[in-house]
Amino acid sequence: MTSGDVIWTDDPPFAQNAKQAVENSQLRRNVRNATATIRQRRAGLVAETPDWQELRHAGAAIKDDVLHHLDTYLSQFEQNATANGAHVHWANDATEANQLVANLIKQGGQTEVIKVKSMATQEIGLVEALARQQITAHETDLAELIIQLSHDKPSHIVVPALHRNRAEIRRIFLDHMPDAPTDLTDDPHALAEAARLHLRRLFLKTKTAISGANFAIAETGGLLVAESEGNGRMCLTLPETLISVVGIEKLIPTFKDLEVFLQLLPRSSTGERMNPYNSIWTGVTRHDGPRNVHVILLDNGRTNALKDTVGRQALRCIRCAACLNVCPVYERTGGHAYGSTYPGPIGAILTPLLVGVEHAPQLPFASSLCGACYEVCPVEIDIPTVLVKLRHDAVKAKSHKSGDAAFAMAASAMSGRRRWTAALRSARLMRLIRHTAPPPISRWTRTRDLPDPPAEPFREWWRKR
Amino acid sequence: MRVALFATCLIDALFPDAGKATVNILERLGQRVEFPLEQTCCGQMHTNSGYFEPTLVERYVHTFEPYDAIVAPSASCVGAIRHQHAMIARHAQDEALATRAQQTANKTYELSQFLTDVLHTDDVGAYFPHRVTYHPTCHSLRMLKLGDRPLRLLNNVRGIELIDLPRSDECCGFGGTFSIKNPDVSAAMLADKMESVIESGAEVLCAGDRSCLMHIGGGLERIRAGIRTLHLAEILASTDGET
Repeated sequence: MTSGDVIWTDDPPFAQNAKQAVENSQLRRNVRNATATIRQRRAGLVAETPDWQELRHAGAAIKDDVLHHLDTYLSQFEQNATANGAHVHWANDATEANQLVANLIKQGGQTEVIKVKSMATQEIGLVEALARQQITAHETDLAELIIQLSHDKPSHIVVPALHRNRAEIRRIFLDHMPDAPTDLTDDPHALAEAARLHLRRLFLKTKTAISGANFAIAETGGLLVAESEGNGRMCLTLPETLISVVGIEKLIPTFKDLEVFLQLLPRSSTGERMNPYNSIWTGVTRHDGPRNVHVILLDNGRTNALKDTVGRQALRCIRCAACLNVCPVYERTGGHAYGSTYPGPIGAILTPLLVGVEHAPQLPFASSLCGACYEVCPVEIDIPTVLVKLRHDAVKAKSHKSGDAAFAMAASAMSGRRRWTAALRSARLMRLIRHTAPPPISRWTRTRDLPDPPAEPFREWWRKR
Repeated sequence: MRVALFATCLIDALFPDAGKATVNILERLGQRVEFPLEQTCCGQMHTNSGYFEPTLVERYVHTFEPYDAIVAPSASCVGAIRHQHAMIARHAQDEALATRAQQTANKTYELSQFLTDVLHTDDVGAYFPHRVTYHPTCHSLRMLKLGDRPLRLLNNVRGIELIDLPRSDECCGFGGTFSIKNPDVSAAMLADKMESVIESGAEVLCAGDRSCLMHIGGGLERIRAGIRTLHLAEILASTDGET
């Protein structure tokens, strides 16, 4: 498979992207304000949910069961969805999935489609792939619309335009949305109204819609989309044809399991007790909703991720982005620095797991391992442990010669008492480099002083005691 | 009870005062402390940089398994010992070492853990008449889940004026080699942490990890903030007339 869609760039790598991001004070302010707001709302709701930890355990356990018996649940889903009138397709990778979608659209004789916000379709670069086949896909999620109009990339899993403030959004609408009123203000209501009018025309005339799904229910063959605006529901109910691209890990065994996830997801993602819109559809319903229902089950690296016994827990992810909102690194860099569809802590593990760590060797290092992500994860993904494991894989895959030598030297110095004592004596040499600081020490001394080396190491003091 | 001090490589090499303070506290509480000279490093820096070194795990286990309790003045190193040593042994397909590593890890304590959970005291008879703010390091907060143990100990220090650190649970941006690999993000996190420390109005910043303090202290020194950094042990070791 190719890594080109999940990852936009590994060159320039994270550290350089991050440098630019950190220097952009407007971006930092936007990201900080937005994440702080969601973070506080989430914390308040978690505090009022007495069985929160039990819910997290349950969420993790259900997802682990799915991952252990993925083959069974996938067949069950296919069987039940088909029995209910849906057409189920299988895609190994992005290219296959994109071609399947394009063919289905062409079969219906369409050249324009509307889209529900979906990470899976971002991951496979669907909109761009359709454009190459002369099919225009309109994003209908407000934030995705902002991103699409400004030829930008999403920077957050749940709030893709989080790096933009309302003044910037007003500018984007005026410049790129032909039917925007000329007297548009940056009042959020006015902005939403302008988008509403623009989108309503599309909803009424477009015959084909594309979605992802938050959950695929094996027991019924049904799909669920959780959203805030109702634009998703417009796409899911008005058109004649509905094509859903669903990662194979989105499965849950039974309808009843939603009890757990519909408590975990809204609290973790938007900081709400319930999503304003939860749409569930199961195949085709007579005289109601789309008549042609297609489901494309997407692998695109998931089977590879499943092979990694430490990393596979990342496939529990329900894309709530709680880890992004608490991450001190994400807060300073925003999402673009990661250069991948999935940014933040979950992106730093999920992306390398999907595309192979050799294609994203920087991402596992984009963390201070502070552990805030693990603490909030609604399905208990131990992100720091997976990061460390992937760092090991990255080191093995790509021989960073300088790093190898430095760590081998340190390990050797630490391998015995005599060598270590000798190394400690030479620590006094730090005095010499304190002011001349060659790289990589200069990366430290740019913003911090080096400690003054002590007159004697601890063990010297101990021996003399 | 045979008690050993694991000083950690950083304290052994660069911050001996935190090691001396730890010995001082333990001896004041009637413990006879040993410092096995065979000790070097827990290997955390290697592990978190992607280099798994079973030899360092082996060395730690071999050095410390004869003791009843091992005390280390670092939440981060104890976190690595408790949460990573067995994993590294297992990764090297050495099940026997993994078992021994876990057993040794189970009796390895961070200083405040040892004082409160094993010696059952949260008053070590210290005197430190200064304005202090405490930064709970990420590994003490989220890996070892030390909770209010360090604060209970600090609260019982005579003469201390303990001030809340705003946004205290935020990472300082050190992260071991993260500070070198991603220097700009690390510096941005450091800037915000320093702002909190200065905002608190404290004269002394205290934490249970000398590594994070080296980073924050290095930043505070660079901007001549006039705020000292002290390891938790150094404050708990202080008594009348010594500071």
